[in-house]
Amino acid sequence: MIRDITIGQYYPAESWIHKLDPRVKIMSTLIFIIALFVANRYIGYAFTIIFLGTVIYLSKVPIKFMLKGLRAILVIILLTVALNIFMTPGENVLWSYKFITITAEGLYIAGLMALRLIFLIIGSSILTLTTSPIQLTDGIEKLLNPFKKIGIPAHEIAMMMTIALRFIPILLEETDKIMKAQMARGADFESGGVIKRAKSLIPLLVPLFISAFRRADELAMAMEARCYRGGENRTRMKQLVIQKQDYIAIGVISLFMIIMILIRFI
Amino acid sequence: MAIIFNGVSHVYGEGSPFRRVAINNINLHIKKGEFVGIIGHTGSGKSTLIQHFNGLLKATEGEIIILGKNLNDKDVSLKEIRQKVGLVFQYPEHQLFETTIFKDVAFGPENMGLPKEEVNKRVIKALDMVGLGEDMYEKSPFDLSGGQKRRVAIAGVLAMKPEVLILDEPTAGLDPRGRDEILGQIQKLHKSLGITVILVSHSMEDIAKLVDRIIVMYKSRIALDGAPDKVFKNVKELEKMGLAAPQIMYIMKALRKKGIEVPTDVLTVEEGAKKIASLLKSQK
Repeated sequence: MIRDITIGQYYPAESWIHKLDPRVKIMSTLIFIIALFVANRYIGYAFTIIFLGTVIYLSKVPIKFMLKGLRAILVIILLTVALNIFMTPGENVLWSYKFITITAEGLYIAGLMALRLIFLIIGSSILTLTTSPIQLTDGIEKLLNPFKKIGIPAHEIAMMMTIALRFIPILLEETDKIMKAQMARGADFESGGVIKRAKSLIPLLVPLFISAFRRADELAMAMEARCYRGGENRTRMKQLVIQKQDYIAIGVISLFMIIMILIRFI
Repeated sequence: MAIIFNGVSHVYGEGSPFRRVAINNINLHIKKGEFVGIIGHTGSGKSTLIQHFNGLLKATEGEIIILGKNLNDKDVSLKEIRQKVGLVFQYPEHQLFETTIFKDVAFGPENMGLPKEEVNKRVIKALDMVGLGEDMYEKSPFDLSGGQKRRVAIAGVLAMKPEVLILDEPTAGLDPRGRDEILGQIQKLHKSLGITVILVSHSMEDIAKLVDRIIVMYKSRIALDGAPDKVFKNVKELEKMGLAAPQIMYIMKALRKKGIEVPTDVLTVEEGAKKIASLLKSQK
């Protein structure tokens, strides 16, 4: 049950997209997201589908994995669509009942919004599915480096993210274990009303917090024992190098952005 | 029969790149009142196997019958099974959560919906069985030593009066004294209550001393199954699986190589000491 959570899940594969420099991938994802908001016509999104489809194909990640992430935000998509359909004022009224009116403009915008959200999720899950957490934080650290001058602790932020990401599976596993142990003692996490369910979480949360603190303490101790201290003068085992395929990727994403802008303003 | 497995397999992450077969086509019969030891290298499928004994994991293939109930039946009550098959996980002290020891042990029987007096009776009995007296009842479980914590956790399962008791590495991370205490209590429980006990362990010494039957897991399958003296005869095979025979067996073999006529099918240190002593006496 708990293993179904896929936030930030990495899908190991040998592909073009996997091999790209994480910095390029992060920036491309950002540009992609901005481009999504530039588009305001369906033709722009038709073009986005082609672009996304090609990237997914190149990434060798099964489409099923991409769609899994969508299930989590289904409610948000439905809510957005509903709000847009009912709340958009317009001239071409299709149907109206008392204060509820549905306009052609509303349907048009609702569809755009839904597509925008779906593309947003798929686009960012491509980043996490094809980039291992370590690469991701390395990339973020490098990208934040220029901001060090204005006092942003890039290395510390990256380190914290690495540790946080590393602890997600550990804590999930721990949750699973404690849940099972309490279930073996007759605990019931699934039935009953809201209050009963909230109460039934105590036997899970107390041991979980205790173990999280214990693990944090142990990790801090282990880091200190290995003389870890901040980012100054640290070198890394794997240097990030921009290669030929990265230049191609930069070119492709820039072209995509330009086309999206052209579609909007022409 | 307490536990019957017919061709049981379990696969983690079916259909994903992380697919892994944890146990593969397991056939197993465990009689009521048996004391069974399960040994195996890390990752051999021991922990997955025991989670099938009380329905925490569902077999992806095969049939499991626990105390006469088929777990594949739709109307089977898992809650009832879990109460009758007590499972003590590895490091069970990590599951403690209540403010007092008494309340923590009462968690299981309370979940069974028993009346208050019965719960109290069971808690007192369970804590007594693991050797914790009245002076401990109101202490916080987090103030205890590692061994004591573990005993509280075991009492939490015992208070449900299980017919089958499963312990996953109950002695991991304990000092020799804590280990002996726990094992002694488990042995006592088996003798006095006559319940079925299944003990998972890395320690050949512990297993050899206690159980009537050993099941050896290797690469998701049962590799050996039989009485301890029979299983430990296959020293070569055990070593290939990353396991070993009890150390006393190696000592006896080494002695024999030196020309001292001691028997080599000795499983415990006590037995070995006796054999050597009697040999020395007869030589005088």
